[in-house]
Amino acid sequence: MSSRFFGNSLKLENVYIASTGTTCGPLEFQGPLGSCFDKGFDDHYCGEESFEKAERKMLRDALDICLKRENMKYKDVDLYIGGDLMNQITTVHYLAREIPKPFIGIYSACSSFCLSMALSSLLIEGGFIHRAVSLVSSHNATAERQYRYPVEYGVQKKDTTTFTATGAIATLLTDEKTDVRVEAITLGKVVDYSQNDPNDMGRAMAPAAYDTILTHFQDLKRSFQDYDLVVTGDLSTYGHKILKEMLQRHKIDVVRYNDCGCMLYDLNQQEVFQGGSGCACSGLVTMGHLYPMLKEKKYKRVLVVATGALLSPILTFQKETIPCVAHAISLEVV
Amino acid sequence: MNYIMAFLFSGFVCFLAQMIYDHTKWTPGHITSLFVVLGSFLDLFHVYDKLVDIFHAGALIPITSFGHSLMHGAMEATEKFGIFGIAMGMFDLTAAGISAAILFSFLVAILFKPKS
Amino acid sequence: MDRKEYDQLAEELKPTGHKVKNGFNAFLYGGVMGVIAQAILEFFMNVYHCSQKEATPMMTITLVFFACLLTGLGIYDNIAKHAGAGTFIPITGFANSMSSSAMDSRSEGLIFGIGSNMFKLGGTVITYGIVSSSLLGVIRYVITLFW
Repeated sequence: MSSRFFGNSLKLENVYIASTGTTCGPLEFQGPLGSCFDKGFDDHYCGEESFEKAERKMLRDALDICLKRENMKYKDVDLYIGGDLMNQITTVHYLAREIPKPFIGIYSACSSFCLSMALSSLLIEGGFIHRAVSLVSSHNATAERQYRYPVEYGVQKKDTTTFTATGAIATLLTDEKTDVRVEAITLGKVVDYSQNDPNDMGRAMAPAAYDTILTHFQDLKRSFQDYDLVVTGDLSTYGHKILKEMLQRHKIDVVRYNDCGCMLYDLNQQEVFQGGSGCACSGLVTMGHLYPMLKEKKYKRVLVVATGALLSPILTFQKETIPCVAHAISLEVV
Repeated sequence: MNYIMAFLFSGFVCFLAQMIYDHTKWTPGHITSLFVVLGSFLDLFHVYDKLVDIFHAGALIPITSFGHSLMHGAMEATEKFGIFGIAMGMFDLTAAGISAAILFSFLVAILFKPKS
Repeated sequence: MDRKEYDQLAEELKPTGHKVKNGFNAFLYGGVMGVIAQAILEFFMNVYHCSQKEATPMMTITLVFFACLLTGLGIYDNIAKHAGAGTFIPITGFANSMSSSAMDSRSEGLIFGIGSNMFKLGGTVITYGIVSSSLLGVIRYVITLFW
């Protein structure tokens, strides 16, 4: 083991963010961070025939924007790692048909964003590859179809429901020096606090975020004071409250902590229940909002803890509880 | 008067369902199934027929009436065909609703796309 | 933190929601639905000079038609958002569950999409309606045999 390993965490030295591309749906575009994103679509179809194709188009556009910024072609990248929320992670896999380079599909529900960034970083840090692109996407209508009800089904959502964000993020990571680097990662372990309500993701995932944040701080001997901002992926207003309370009970001083699900939308104006969720939620906020802030040196170091509920509707119906995971990446100004 | 009665009963049934929905983890699927079973149970001793006489459309529109109609059709047919009547007459009264729902759903699915 | 303690904490912080408002809305929308149904029922009774029993299927068909149409136009779910049980308990909710499932699956084609998915949500009502009616029907049949 190298001296850079600390328990479940790892400090990195030469992984940099070169470029990014973000696309989003109409609601995210109208939200408070709307102006941060590279491209916003007016409707959920994005000019395609089905929602599944629309999600793929968003992801393709995000990738194109990301590579165009660096004047690169698909073949200039060594490896692609991506994930989304669909069964058989179809959005990224079907897009990968157009990519002439190796592709790794990963699934970690809503934490796919941090996991794909972490894996790309590890491979670059190890010196195996020079450039990697991390791809993630989620779409409200496709997720709704798969995990909940048909789009037009008239049902009153429970108070604890979260709203899957529509958006896609592509991030190019390299070993050449740029303004912002991935400084440390913590891979989370799967935790299950016996929660079984699929309409209450915040409550199910808060313990996973708690576990990962605690591990990260213990491994690297840090605290909230070491970060300009700590964000969790999609705990929503409710989960955010729980996590804060949990950390405070553990005698941890919680400062400058927010949740991407609460940042992405205007919770008072937009109908998103407890807040946003999905891979795109943490991705859009991190790459659309936090990354530019880091580039402008308004923040020095931020911690992103993307949370994921690894549930399947079938197993939920079989009365299984929901396993959850959270992965953390720390971004720093060089 | 008929209108007030219809309003009250239909509203009451929906209110009851909403209470179940808000205070348990049950989905609309669970609740509608329960109410259908309840409807056919209430027809066991002709209670539901009396409700229809009092509340008219108020008792005919909630999904409970679906269970009642299934049961009622089945029972009417048993008078002529004995035990076989249960299966033979099951859809006698609800055929219109189900056929219409299938037909219109099909047409809607052909003509419209989900809006989101 | 153990699970029990966690559950306690989570319950404390749980969003309170709008249970009173939801209940009132369900009553109001459900009641209005009953009034509309009554109006349609009396309309058909006058037009065709028939009894309430004969006019009932006509009323059902009309309501089912409008529920499907509103689902297709994307209006029904916006009403249901406020009405809650006020729209899923009346027969219109059954029509909505079928048309929304069918419409949602249209991208998978006529057979595996529309055809096989139409009853995905509404099927449970039919299944349990028939199962319970058959069981209770047999019970009542046996009772009438011996009485």
